[in-house]
Amino acid sequence: MATATTHDPYDMDLLRFATAGSVDDGKSTLIGRLLLDSKSIFEDQLEAVETTSQSKGYDYTDLALLTDGLRSEREQGITIDVAYRYFATPNRKFIIADTPGHVQYTRNMVTGASTADLGLVLVDARQGLTEQSRRHAVLLSLLRVPHLVLCINKMDLVDWSEETYEKIHAEFTQFATKLTIPDLEVIPISALNGDNVVHRSENTPWYHGPTLMHHLEHVHVASDRDLQDVRFPVQYVIRPKSDAHHDYRGYAGQLAGGVIRAGDEVVVLPSGLPSRVAKVELFDREVAEAFPPMSVTVHLEDDVDVSRGDMIARPRNAPTPTQDVDAMVCWMTNEPLRPRQKLAIKHTSRSGRAMVKDVQYRLDINTLHRDQAAGELGLNEIGRVQLRTTVPLLCDPYSKNRTTGSFILIDEATGVTVGAGMINDAG
Amino acid sequence: MPQAPSVATHSDYQLSQLDQLEAESIHVFREVAAEFEKPVLMFSGGKDSIVMLLLAEKAFFPAKLPFPLLQVDTGLDFDEVLATRDSWVGRLGARLVVASVEDAIAAGHVVDDGHTSRNRQQIGALLAAIEENGFTAAFGGGRRDEEKARAKERVYSHRDEFGQWDPKMQRPELWSLYNGRLHAGEHMRIFPISNWTELDIWHYIHREGIEIPSIYFAHEREVVERDGMLLSVGPEIRPRDGERAETRTVRFRTVGDRTQTGCVESQATDTASIIEEIAVARVTERGATRGDDRFSEAAMEDRKKEGYF
Repeated sequence: MATATTHDPYDMDLLRFATAGSVDDGKSTLIGRLLLDSKSIFEDQLEAVETTSQSKGYDYTDLALLTDGLRSEREQGITIDVAYRYFATPNRKFIIADTPGHVQYTRNMVTGASTADLGLVLVDARQGLTEQSRRHAVLLSLLRVPHLVLCINKMDLVDWSEETYEKIHAEFTQFATKLTIPDLEVIPISALNGDNVVHRSENTPWYHGPTLMHHLEHVHVASDRDLQDVRFPVQYVIRPKSDAHHDYRGYAGQLAGGVIRAGDEVVVLPSGLPSRVAKVELFDREVAEAFPPMSVTVHLEDDVDVSRGDMIARPRNAPTPTQDVDAMVCWMTNEPLRPRQKLAIKHTSRSGRAMVKDVQYRLDINTLHRDQAAGELGLNEIGRVQLRTTVPLLCDPYSKNRTTGSFILIDEATGVTVGAGMINDAG
Repeated sequence: MPQAPSVATHSDYQLSQLDQLEAESIHVFREVAAEFEKPVLMFSGGKDSIVMLLLAEKAFFPAKLPFPLLQVDTGLDFDEVLATRDSWVGRLGARLVVASVEDAIAAGHVVDDGHTSRNRQQIGALLAAIEENGFTAAFGGGRRDEEKARAKERVYSHRDEFGQWDPKMQRPELWSLYNGRLHAGEHMRIFPISNWTELDIWHYIHREGIEIPSIYFAHEREVVERDGMLLSVGPEIRPRDGERAETRTVRFRTVGDRTQTGCVESQATDTASIIEEIAVARVTERGATRGDDRFSEAAMEDRKKEGYF
């Protein structure tokens, strides 16, 4: 195959990461640095930023201007929405969900973290851990982002002090024992000067860990997927109704878990009818097997009734259909979430209605205190909620599967997405 | 045509990033076809909309596309682009709806003031076509890497009754759970290739051996240099005083209306050499060749608010 580069661009993998931190922590500068040093910034983009920096009378090029996309943001000097950025190194492509630190941070951060493999939290070395950096770590843990990187920024302003690094590191490790953080890396950097971002710094001879870029390039994300438990939510039934494909009936969807092969015994939920996989197709060819996140078409041997919203799983490994859902909900609108409220719910390819049975507690994401007297959830608050749904959901705990364990809540009057839910482990 | 790598050989169950992008885009197409009453695919004939078309074909194969294509005819489209369009439409047996800017001007949906670009006038023709046909979802080939305002666009981008985008009122979009709720008169713009970069598009075109308009490849063309751009000499573009028409070997990086779309000097005659060229390119595709994006730093944001793709 003719390729322009020395590596094989058709075999690159993908890392999605979410960044958290405020303008003051130098988050936008760090992203600008990653883009610039990986040569992902184009001349016209850099020129536009240099011109703006000069016109504002700055002493240096403000790399933060690269990432502030909307005019209202540039005018106010704040970031108001999740922005997605892209860069690539020879072996990996990166998608950054850049989330703002201040306004609406919970809602935006939860959004950015929902698809992330890795979360990047920034702290200012002079300040150490702040309430905000703790909140960011809590949210990344709640969203089950499997890898976390704590970047201790502005190390140049604390004379590259190893002691400062160790102190913040220890403090964070202590705090993290209360959270679910399977993998943690703590890196001393200067985003402004580029130390330990892409290039190893001569200022930190005492630091033997990876640079940020090296870590992003090599962190192992393949094993984060569930390849054991087959979960195939049926999205769409393909029936060509043409002479050439008269009896064709394929179930299209994206694998949410497990490996599915021709010949596998399966069960269709919620009906519980058993069948066997006749074949698995990817566009115009048959494939031996499919695994997440492949979008494929599955054919069954039996003529069972399958439609959108159903799920194909294995007979002895299938979720139990339930109408009672116990979940952590992040609330995203001004009007509070209250018991007896009715909402629309979307879970995988299944839609229905839900009624709030109880708001068990509100989680204070600064202290992790559970306020059982709260009774409701306001904008940007998170709490444990019990719901009763009109249709049975075919779900798993979020800790087991981020696709079959998540749902969104929609206001039926406005049509707006008002809540994000993560289903709790049973018991 | 290069052979697509067989997924069956991924013994480590690792999907390449291009295959992940493909799988996610296909998921979006199927979701929209299942949930919206009347979707349509906005097809410009450019490389992004062609990739989108192939992804749609893959999503529903062997069935035909469950929605028509909508093309906004600016009256200033390149012949080569229209030829490719017709070839794709013919092969897929798809239904094509053409919304003409000329007709929109005649009908009063668009005012031709003589100096607004056709690209901008497309907005009126597009919105009129969406309203007249009652389309509830319109697939567009926008990518978030194209421009700063696009970086914040959702995959499902809600438009009000006036077709406007309100960046401050965007719905949160989590996991791969898309919210397609609409009120009467509203519609959704859907961007299935949001996460693809320009290089991803070209790698995919190369890998899949996709047919694209010939003007993407290096060819000789009579051009004139204006405002740092090379414009194709034709009925609308004539050399002005002090300008000189000359024949150069060029190719187009984007295809818009021919009065606004510049070309770049290039020797790239196939997809492999285009990829090589882009890998070392130092200017974004819009910055280099789209006059309509160069007026202000917020040009794209303004057009999007009005209802641009």
